[in-house]
Amino acid sequence: MTPGYLLRRTVRLAVSLVVLVTAAFLMIHMVPGDPVRAALGMTASPEVVAARRESLGLNDPLAVQFATWLRGLATGDLGTSMVSGLPVAEIIAVRLPSTAVLALLAFVVVLAVAVPLGLAMAVLTRGGRRRGAELGFTSTSAAVAAVPEFLLGVGLIFVFGVTLGWLPVAGRGGPESYLLPVAALSAGPAVALARIVRVEALAVLGSDFVRTARAKRLPAWRVYGRHAFPNALTSTLTISGMLLSSMIVGTVLVEVVFAWPGLGRTFVESILAKDYPVVQAVVLLYGAIVLVVNLVVDLLLAVLDPRSTLPEA
Amino acid sequence: MVRAQLLAAGRTPVGAVAAGLLLAFLVLAVVAPPLWQDAADRVDTAAMLQGPSSRHWLGTDALGRDVLLRVLVATRFSIGLALAATLISVVLGLVFGTLPTVLPRPAGRLVVAGINLAIAFPGLLLALFFAAVFGVGARGAVLAIGIAGAPAFARLVHTMSASVAGRDYVAAARVAGVGRTRLIARHVLPNIGEPLVVNATLAAGGGLLAFAGLSFLGLGVQPPAYDWGRLLGEGLGRIYLNPAAALAPGVAVVLASVAFQLGGEAVAQAVGLRTPLPRPAGPAPTTTVDVAGTGPAPTSATADGGDAGPPTGGAPQRPVLAVEDLRVSFPTASRWVHPVDGVSVTVAPGESVGIVGESGSGKTLTALAAAGLVPGPGVVTAARLEVAGVRVLGRSERELRRLLGTSLAMVFQDPSSSLNPSMRVGRQLAEVATVHQGARRRAAWAQAVDRLRQVRVGAPERRARQYPHEFSGGMRQRAMIAMGLMGTPALVIADEPTTALDVTVQREVLRLLRRVQRDAGAALLLISHDITVVSQLCRRLLVMYAGRVVEDLPAAGLAHARHPYTRALVASVPDLDTDRERPLATIPGRPPEPVAGRTGCAFAPRCRYATGQCRTRDPHLVTRSDGHAVACWHPREDP
Repeated sequence: MTPGYLLRRTVRLAVSLVVLVTAAFLMIHMVPGDPVRAALGMTASPEVVAARRESLGLNDPLAVQFATWLRGLATGDLGTSMVSGLPVAEIIAVRLPSTAVLALLAFVVVLAVAVPLGLAMAVLTRGGRRRGAELGFTSTSAAVAAVPEFLLGVGLIFVFGVTLGWLPVAGRGGPESYLLPVAALSAGPAVALARIVRVEALAVLGSDFVRTARAKRLPAWRVYGRHAFPNALTSTLTISGMLLSSMIVGTVLVEVVFAWPGLGRTFVESILAKDYPVVQAVVLLYGAIVLVVNLVVDLLLAVLDPRSTLPEA
Repeated sequence: MVRAQLLAAGRTPVGAVAAGLLLAFLVLAVVAPPLWQDAADRVDTAAMLQGPSSRHWLGTDALGRDVLLRVLVATRFSIGLALAATLISVVLGLVFGTLPTVLPRPAGRLVVAGINLAIAFPGLLLALFFAAVFGVGARGAVLAIGIAGAPAFARLVHTMSASVAGRDYVAAARVAGVGRTRLIARHVLPNIGEPLVVNATLAAGGGLLAFAGLSFLGLGVQPPAYDWGRLLGEGLGRIYLNPAAALAPGVAVVLASVAFQLGGEAVAQAVGLRTPLPRPAGPAPTTTVDVAGTGPAPTSATADGGDAGPPTGGAPQRPVLAVEDLRVSFPTASRWVHPVDGVSVTVAPGESVGIVGESGSGKTLTALAAAGLVPGPGVVTAARLEVAGVRVLGRSERELRRLLGTSLAMVFQDPSSSLNPSMRVGRQLAEVATVHQGARRRAAWAQAVDRLRQVRVGAPERRARQYPHEFSGGMRQRAMIAMGLMGTPALVIADEPTTALDVTVQREVLRLLRRVQRDAGAALLLISHDITVVSQLCRRLLVMYAGRVVEDLPAAGLAHARHPYTRALVASVPDLDTDRERPLATIPGRPPEPVAGRTGCAFAPRCRYATGQCRTRDPHLVTRSDGHAVACWHPREDP
């Protein structure tokens, strides 16, 4: 990885973060009408609304508000919830760990399932072998991937909670309470990634350098393990970074399905309650996580495949 | 034309299923609300939260309303809202996707940067952000999902219009003074319509899921209105009392989404954006020829006895490559074709043999078959196929590794793709020694550096640590040759080793091959379309045409070639005496497609000596007493 690439990529992250921070700040001003009136409802007296506007600083000039917002971000002060009166930073600190555990566990499951499955299917179906297995894999994975995580969650609740009564269906408790939420969150991405891994691995297995490796009469594990698979996994990495981003946000739906005490439910409840300071902070947090994940993936990619750092044409 | 394509889409199995589902949902969306709206909204406090019964097939909800009727009635709202959101995405995508082409450059680049930034965020996050901005409700959710889907369309439109804008007719229109806006309306947009329709259909399926998600979260449709997502959310809370109330809307959402996505796929296939999987041809032609490995061993027991002794140590005159009646077959949609159709080659130790022929004559596949490297669905059969005294066909990889080891070295056509891009060159060489000779890492590395030096790679210690993309083309090919020298090759097969290289580098690589052959005492099988290259390097030439050897002659006797095809090849090579006022000699016509069951000489249609006999009867390779062999009914005898 060249220092130039690192610099270019870091600048891009910085620009994206500036845009994100600005968008989160402007959100409360993009709301049609008076956000405080909307949050407090029609029954609130004008005095209460005016007082709340004052305390939120909404009467200051926009530039002053933005400066306050930036200063707050720098010092970790994300404002106060309009509903509970608790500091937003505290709400996030309480809620984020549950969400992070759920997303990371699901991501580990996705990788642990998708990579071996995709590679195995590629080896089994290379060069048009085993058409039946290929058809079975592609159709099954397409069917699983067609069901979004929250509907899969409802289905899992029905089967394992309602019908069989084996697993808890709501809340975060012992290890068994993780099974269904993690399964709901990871199944779709896992099969989607497995399909991509298979296609990538098939392309690499048909490449000239794998033919060279075969011509060297290397053992099969060496042909696959040293020559084919490492080259198949670079694009898999790109895709899995995108999957991780969308899974982090996908937790929002899964948390609501399984009454999981995470940040996603807070997000939804705050939107419903028009608790804008919380919504702003959560949008900012999810967005920042996505941007950082993208950066990490790009840097990993640069280490694994030096050619990826060349600027796009 | 569009109608014809849609009809074609409906005739594929996927298209038929999609069309049926879409039609069913369309009918439901139209007829369900007027038929059942009242019944679906009727509150029945006597029948709250009942399970499925004959009166309520899917049970009732918390107010005693019929779940099935509510799911059916919700079809119109659910699909209508998803389509509205998709429409917003497409329109916004068209606007922002074409802006970079219309706007002046800096502004255009800013728009592209904005699209790239927006696309980095998952759609759900954007949708939640805009849902918070526009407020809870159906209108807000439509706007939120529509805007969240816009970046993907904007990028699609941008990349497609950029590629269309690069085409010649658009350039011509631009030169003719057509304005940018008109250029887009008249030339660019009509050409990206098809993929746009396909992606919009796919996006409608995704939009349905997204809308169901928002409504499920309570951010979309608000009571008393309801769509599938809302019904799902209400049903989930009472899933222990009536599971059907949660499952039925979920099934409806998935079915409708799948219908749109299959529809998109079917249209994509019909307009040629995707190719359907080819159907496999009939059974493989294993029974037509005596397959070594399954049939009786066609060679003597000593040849097979390579199991017992070292594979390279045999009688001095035993050929390093013995091929008899080699056939390579590939399945196509309807039948098997034979790009190599009965080739026999023998290469003695230390001998240099060249195979020449036009592209498609089967020379490369002959080489790959000899090395046991024919890819994919290809099937190799032969009466005899031995390398260094080892029967190749019907053996496992493991046996070949043990028996052949490094006695066969391959040099491929394109050195830029034949080396592993993510592995240091030195390691790629060294692993030959570690695998086959059991060498320690350090010793193998030293040997790799030594071999690189041997093929005149400058600063080999440093070069060995580099990756292939840091090598020049000629250097990569020399590294490939060095890789073959890591072992003790009895035969080097070089398949068009200089074709992908610069002319100035070609000589260098050929000279290296000759030196390697002399020093290592290896035999060389050189494959090329360039008859000059082959005749310089090889003692003996095999001329291939349409999967067969048509002539086998000494390189020195090229001037006395007897097959009309060989003569035509020789005549088409210009030299210093060639009259530059006259056009270069060519062979009229094209080489035939590799089809099964052809009659007569394959070259007959292009041959000016062809007679009726040539078109009906297949000439066989006949060897003269001096070893010169030719497959021709009318060989040329004049000098």
